[in-house]
Parts: sequence; C-alpha cells; structure tokens
Amino acid sequence: MFAYTIRRLLTSIPILAVASFIVFWLVSISADPVQEKYGARNPPVPKAVFDTEYRRLGLKDGFFEQYWNWLKGLVVHGDFGPSINQTTHINAEISGRLGTTLRLIFIAMLVALILAVATGVFSAIRQYSKMDYTLTFVGFLFLSMPTFWIAVLLKDAAVRYNEATGTTTFFTLGEKTPGVELHGWALVTDIAGHMALPTASLALITYAAWSRFQRASMLEVLNSDYIRLARAKGLPWRKVLVKHALRTALIPMVTVSALTIAALIGGAVITETVYQWNGMGKFLINSIVIRDRNAILAWLMLAGFFVVVGNLVADLLYAVLDPRIRYE
Amino acid sequence: MSERTVTPPAPPPRPPGPGQRVEREFTIKERSQARLVVTRFLRHRLAVASLLGLILIALTSFVGIRFAHSYLLTDQPGSIKPRLSNPFGTDDIGRDYFARVLRGAQQSIKVALIVALLATGIGAPYGAISGFLGGRVDAIMMRICDVLLTLPLLVVAGALAGGSRGTILTVALILGLLGWVVNARLVRGVVLSLREQEFIEAARALGGGTLRIVFRHLLPNAAGAIIVQATLDIATAILAEAALSFLGLGVQSPDTSLGLLVNEARPAVETRPWLFYFPGLMIIAIALCVNFVGDGLRDALDPRQTRQRQ
Amino acid sequence: MTTMDVPAQTTSQATDTQRMPVISVRNLVKHFPVRSRGVLRRQVGVVHAVCDISLDLFPNETLGLVGESGCGKTTTGRLMLNLVSATAGEVRYSGKDLTKLGHSQMRPLRRQLQIVFQDPFASLDPRMTVNEIVAEPLRIHGLYGQAREGRNKVRELLRTVGLNPEHGNRYAHEFSGGQRQRIGVARALALRPKVLILDEPVSALDVSIQAGVINLLEELQEELGLSYLFISHDLSVVRHIADRVAVMYLGRIVETAPVEELFLKAAHPYTQALISAIPLPDPRKERTRKRVLLVGDVPSPVNPPSGCRFRTRCPKFANELTEGERRTCVEQIPALIDRGVGHQTACHYAEAVKLI
Repeated sequence: MFAYTIRRLLTSIPILAVASFIVFWLVSISADPVQEKYGARNPPVPKAVFDTEYRRLGLKDGFFEQYWNWLKGLVVHGDFGPSINQTTHINAEISGRLGTTLRLIFIAMLVALILAVATGVFSAIRQYSKMDYTLTFVGFLFLSMPTFWIAVLLKDAAVRYNEATGTTTFFTLGEKTPGVELHGWALVTDIAGHMALPTASLALITYAAWSRFQRASMLEVLNSDYIRLARAKGLPWRKVLVKHALRTALIPMVTVSALTIAALIGGAVITETVYQWNGMGKFLINSIVIRDRNAILAWLMLAGFFVVVGNLVADLLYAVLDPRIRYE
Repeated sequence: MSERTVTPPAPPPRPPGPGQRVEREFTIKERSQARLVVTRFLRHRLAVASLLGLILIALTSFVGIRFAHSYLLTDQPGSIKPRLSNPFGTDDIGRDYFARVLRGAQQSIKVALIVALLATGIGAPYGAISGFLGGRVDAIMMRICDVLLTLPLLVVAGALAGGSRGTILTVALILGLLGWVVNARLVRGVVLSLREQEFIEAARALGGGTLRIVFRHLLPNAAGAIIVQATLDIATAILAEAALSFLGLGVQSPDTSLGLLVNEARPAVETRPWLFYFPGLMIIAIALCVNFVGDGLRDALDPRQTRQRQ
Repeated sequence: MTTMDVPAQTTSQATDTQRMPVISVRNLVKHFPVRSRGVLRRQVGVVHAVCDISLDLFPNETLGLVGESGCGKTTTGRLMLNLVSATAGEVRYSGKDLTKLGHSQMRPLRRQLQIVFQDPFASLDPRMTVNEIVAEPLRIHGLYGQAREGRNKVRELLRTVGLNPEHGNRYAHEFSGGQRQRIGVARALALRPKVLILDEPVSALDVSIQAGVINLLEELQEELGLSYLFISHDLSVVRHIADRVAVMYLGRIVETAPVEELFLKAAHPYTQALISAIPLPDPRKERTRKRVLLVGDVPSPVNPPSGCRFRTRCPKFANELTEGERRTCVEQIPALIDRGVGHQTACHYAEAVKLI
C-alpha cells in the first residue's frame, strides 16, 4: 500500500508539471501585465519605468527561460516569484489566506457529504414515495442554480432578517469581525458565526450532485442479492441497512467527491466573493484582473496540488473500504 | 371407433439454392429504435414539460423578442419596478428589462450550445479513439485528460477569459476547449466495452481502419451516452458562463448575457431586487429544464430501471 | 519438437497431380500474457493458446478443425487472418507470410481471406441496416462504385445467400438467428474471397436451422470454388461438411485425417473419446457401443502438462500403459506423424479403433 501511494505521488508530479507549463503558456500569451498597468495612464509613464518593470518580472527573457526560472524558484526555494504589485509578496499573500479558504472548503465538503448521504439513502429506501420525488426535485433545483445564486439569496435573506429583528444574528460580511483581536473561544465562535452562511451556500450546491449518485448507488446495492439474503435471514432492517448496504453504497461516493474537488474550489471562489471574504478567492480575482501571471500560477499550482492529494486520498479510502481492491 | 386419416406431415421444403428466396423463417418487423426511444421519453412527464418549457424560452428569446420593447432604447429615466408595460421593470438607464433579459438569454443559450458542440465534438472522438486503440496511446491520451482535470475549470477559464475581450465567442471557445474532458472520459468508458464485441472484430477483418471503425461503428453505437452528456453539458455551460460573468471574468460589455446582467445588478440586490432576480430565475429555469430533459433522455435511451422489489 | 507437413490427400479424394495448398500454417504459436492485478500489471504468466500448429488448406476443400472449448481453434482461425498477432511461426498465403505484414499490407489480402463469426447476434453492427452491413466491405475496398452499381451488388449478394433483397433496409436485430448468419456469410462473400474461415458458424443456431445454413455453405463452395476452414466442436456437423479433419487439444493438433477415415479409424485416444460421445440415431447401436471415457479435469492452458498434454485425462495412460510407457508420455512430446495407421496422429501408442 505504501509503495502504491509513493508511486501515485510520483506520477502526479509530471502531471502537475505539464499543467503548470500549459497554464504558464496560456496566461503569458493572453495579456501583457505591464502594459495593462501602466499603458493607459495619463500623463504617459516614462519608458524607464516600463523597462525596470520588465526586468524585475523577467518578462523580456525567452519564454522557456522564464518558465525554467519560475520552476526553479518554486521547486528549489519555494518561491512563487515576484508579483506585478511591487508591494505584494505572493508567498505571504497565499499563506495568509490559504487557511481561510481551506476551512471553508473542508467544512462545506463534510456538510455536503452528510446531506448527500442522508438524502440519497432516504430517497433510495422510500423509492417512488412523495418524499423521494420531493427530494429529487429539490436536488435538481439546487443542481440548476448557479453558485452565486444561493450565496446571494442566503445573504440577502440574512440581511433582511437582521434588519427586521434589529440584531446581528447572521454575519454576512467577511470571515471574521474586523478590527477586533479575539482569542480562544471567542475567536472560534466568531469564525464559526461568519462561516455559517458561506458554508451553507457552498454545501447546498455541492450536495445536489452527490445525492443523485448516492441514491443511484444505494438503489443498486439494495437490489443486490446479498442484501436480499440478509433480509431473508431475518436480520433487522436497520442493521442490514447500516452495516451492509451503506458501507458498499458509500464507495462510489468516495470517487465522486474526489472528482468534484476541483469544482468545489471554483465554488469557493464565488462564495468568498459574495460574502466578501479576504481569502484565496479575492486574491485570485485581483490577480486575474491585473494579469499577475505569477500569482495566477501560484494559485493554480496550489489548486492542482490539492486536487491531486484529494484524488490520492480517495483512492486510498477506496482501497480501504472495498476489500476487493488490493494494490500491489 | 371412427377411422381417422392421418395426414402425413408435409415434406420439408427443398433447401434453397443460391438465387432462390427463403421465406421459411420469420422476420420480425419491429418498431424502429428511434420510435421506441421517443415513446419512452414521452412517458416522463417532467421531461416532456421541461422540453416544452425550453422550446418556449427559446422561442421567446429568439423570436418573441422582436415584439417586446427594444432592449437598447431608453424609455424611462431610471429604474422602475415591474408593471404591465414593463413586465420585468426597467434597468438603471430606463431600458425595458424584459427585453434585456431575453437578449441575455439569447446570448447565454448561444454560448451554451457552442460549448456543448465543442465539448462533444472534441471529447467524443478523442475518447473513442483513446478507448479503441488502448495500450500506450490510451495511457498517454488519458494522462493529457488528467492534466486538464487537475485544474479547476472555472479558475482556468476565468484566468484566460479575464485576459480576453470577453465576447460571447471567446467565452464559449475557452469553456469548450477546456471542458471536453468529461465527454472524452465517458465515451472512452463506453468504447471499452463496445470494442470487445464481435462486430468490431468483423469490421477489422474486412480491412477497416481505426478511423472508419471509430466513426462508423463505435460512435454511432455510443450515441445514447453522447447525447445525454451533450445535454448535460448545455446545463453546465449555462451555469459556468453565469459564474464567470458574475465574477466579472466572462462576457463583458458591450455584449450581454444573463450572468452579466446578474453581475451588474449585484450592488442593487436590496434596493432594486428585480434587476437581480429575473435574470437569475431565467438561468435557473433554463438549467433546470435542460437537466430534466437530459435525465429523461438518459432514461429513455437506457431503460434499465432499478426498482426495489418490496 | 518436429512436425511434418500435412501431406497431400491419401484417400480417394486425392487428385493425380500434387496440389499446392492455398494457405499454409507452419509452427504457429500464440501466447497470451497473464497480467497481475493492480497498478503495475506485470506479466506473471502466459496462456499457451496455440502451440506449434501446422496445417494446410487446399483449394476447394473443407478442412474441419475440431476440439473442445478453449483448445485454441478459434485463436488459430484468428491467427490465420492476422486478426491476432502471432507469437511465432508463419502463415503462408500467396507467397507471403501474413504474420509479418502490417495493417496496410494486409488490407488488399483481406479481400481474399474472410471470416464468418460464431455469434449471429454480436457480429453485426446493431446500428446498421443489412444493406449497409453487406456494402461495408465493398466500400472499404472501393468496390462499391456508383450508387446503382453498389446497390445491385448488395442485392445480388443477399439473393445468393437466400435472403430477400427487399428486406435490406431493415436492421439486423429484426432478423432471426439463421438469417443473421446468412447476412454474415453475404458480407464475407462480398469481396469474392478464396478462403473462408468459418468460426463455429452454426453453433449458435437451432438444429433445424443449422441444416439450411450448412447446405447454403456447401452450395456456395461448389459454385464459387471456396476453401473453408470449418471450426466447430460439433462432430456430426463436421462429418457432414468437411473433407479433412484436424483435431485439436490444448493448443496442439493431435490427429488429422480425411473425414471418413477419422471417424472410422480414429487412432488418438482423444479423438476416440470425442467420437464415442457422438449420439447415434439407432437406439440399439447407441446402447451397445463402446464408450471411451475421459478422466480428470482439463488442465490449465497457463501450465500445460509436460510431454503429451493429453496424458492427464487419457484413458490409455490411466488404464493400459506400463510404467515405462507412461514415462515416455510424460517426457516426450508426441510428434504428429503417421504411425502406421494411414494418417497422422500425435500419440506414442496410437491404435486405430472403430467406434461407430
């Protein structure tokens, strides 16, 4: 098992490398960031400034040389390179914001998983009942909503509620209360309170896709012969359900959730934007707008890294859950 | 006891020589496959209703729009709430919002169709060729897919589109050229099981090459899965375009789209909610209908029902 | 291990002049790799599907290739058409070794070497009409011509196999098994091949329908001068249609003879067992016949027995041979040669027995 993990990690590295190259190339040809920043200024910026900037960012070197320098910097020094903004340091930006976004994604994923499993199982057990149809319809509804829609809806509803009751029951802006230094339990409750709505938004969107899978997978398991045998043996239905059926039905969920990590990342960006969090999402949007190639690359490398790790974890979990899979 | 004449059985008909007709065995005249699929689809009331809904939306957006107020003319000063002559109200500079939303729907639908076409047109043959050839070629082709899957579609598309001019076509191209991987994976899966069938071997024995087998045998037999996926791609594309435009990275002025309308209305969501909700509802309506139609198609094309026997 | 060429006819069917085989197989070997489960999938073993087969197919004759499931006869048929790449050996046709040819070099030869498959339900593309199915070989090789020409060719082919050309617009699944097999034959004939490999063409059909298809095949052979390799596990059918028969066991040919000689004077214990299992229509004969029974399980093709592969199930080995003789069977691979019986057989202690 250990050897398998190592092998998988090793094959992921070239994938990440190729991905980085492709993105490097695409972002480089899409725009010239220095031109973006200084080109349209009035009075026009002197050429000397342009030159310094180009040199600082290494944009006048050959394309492959640029890529190689960037790669070297990343792998050897862990440095993502200079940002367009002279005052921004990419590494610092990322380390400051990564935790915020990660906790949003992680908790949302957990909540979505629980919701999906619950609704999926319930729908499967009571197939064709009114509840099943309702849940399926609701699932479809959430599936057809853009991410921002739910986020804005919840936020709007919370704001109205706050206004109506004159309280601040719901935190709608930011990831923590600004300007106040909190510690210990107070900090935790503050963060949790601010996380409630964004997590709910992200979770609701994600659960919809997963719950359909869970329902289908559960149905397939419930129809299988060994479950029928278990019931025929006289085992209590609940026990059969939880101990036998659920465990098997969860297996495809593992793969599905791993596959949608990338989508979750995208969703997190949108949710953060709506709730105006100071997380990775804001950083990304800013970088795109100013065409900060190194920042965009840094973002994408991290995202790719997490997707790869997520897939690996999923594969290992898969092997643990399903004894038929044994890796050499 | 009455005498019964036993009629000797008729002698077996002479075996047919070449050139003679055979009518001994029967031929079943079945309803064509297409008709069966349609019948099954019609049984899903929700899917049929959604299909009608889609047709309605499409007709209104592309044809009915001519009868609404122009979406460019400024009628009123400033934005007003919905009323009879302006069913969706007007926007900030007084243009009829109903017409604006319809125009946005037009554009969003166009983007979605182009994306679905690109994704299917690239992904399906790619997946079929990869699955059919197998071995090292397959491994390499799938690695390429892995590379593309590692990066979140929204983010990469955003990064690229954000640096572009933001026309309908650009956004559609970017989304399509990045999003074909799901189609490829799906078709590859279908082809992996198809290629073991004898009629594929028969085509090779006749001298057929890879391209002929892929396009004449594999893809037509995978048509069901391909169509379902294409339909779902449309829904995904609508939502993706909306998300991109919402972030300001998608379609940009002077072009319009539903996502862009929502984005522009974002600051006014509390003061002038109609500006935000109507385009949003339109997005949801289109995506919902497409999803239901896709689900209905999937059931119609693959009638294996998992029914729990109580 | 040595094998000698299958000689020219020794029975009344022999012609005066020495005939040249139209297709020749020499020392053909096919090993399928067995891969371990898991990610790396190293090769851990080999399935010895076909081991050193040699045979000749002469013009205008039917060579029956019989054996139980898994003996490698289907693989042999595929190897002869280069649908499966050979591990070793050669297949000589028209002065060329087919095993060495690439795809584009094989293409023109495919017009002359065709195959009819076993499963009438899986060998026709469910999405194509019958016209399209039969026209496909013509299109691939550019023989379809103008629309009217092509259509007529297809109609003619359908008529040749006894189908109504009016039904050409229907899909394959709308036909019965026997008709579908005829469609397969029509498709195989479209290019006017010289050699037709028939891979269990009637095994999937009802017995009453089998007769029709067999008769069709015989008439076509006579009219078009075809050579058939008729692969089957059904000895009664083979007896009817074949001129010569080769019996395969676990990847090797164990006996080969002109058809009646094989049935009346089988010398290899395996052949004897097969023949003794054929049901006889006469109930008295059926009851009093001598039966040769096999013992034991079929050995695995991944690990075939040493020496004579049949020895693990051979009744002779189990009941009649001495210690010393048994050792020969274990250590020496029996060559396919004439041991005084009149035809070739691969058994150290071959003895012709009349079983029917």
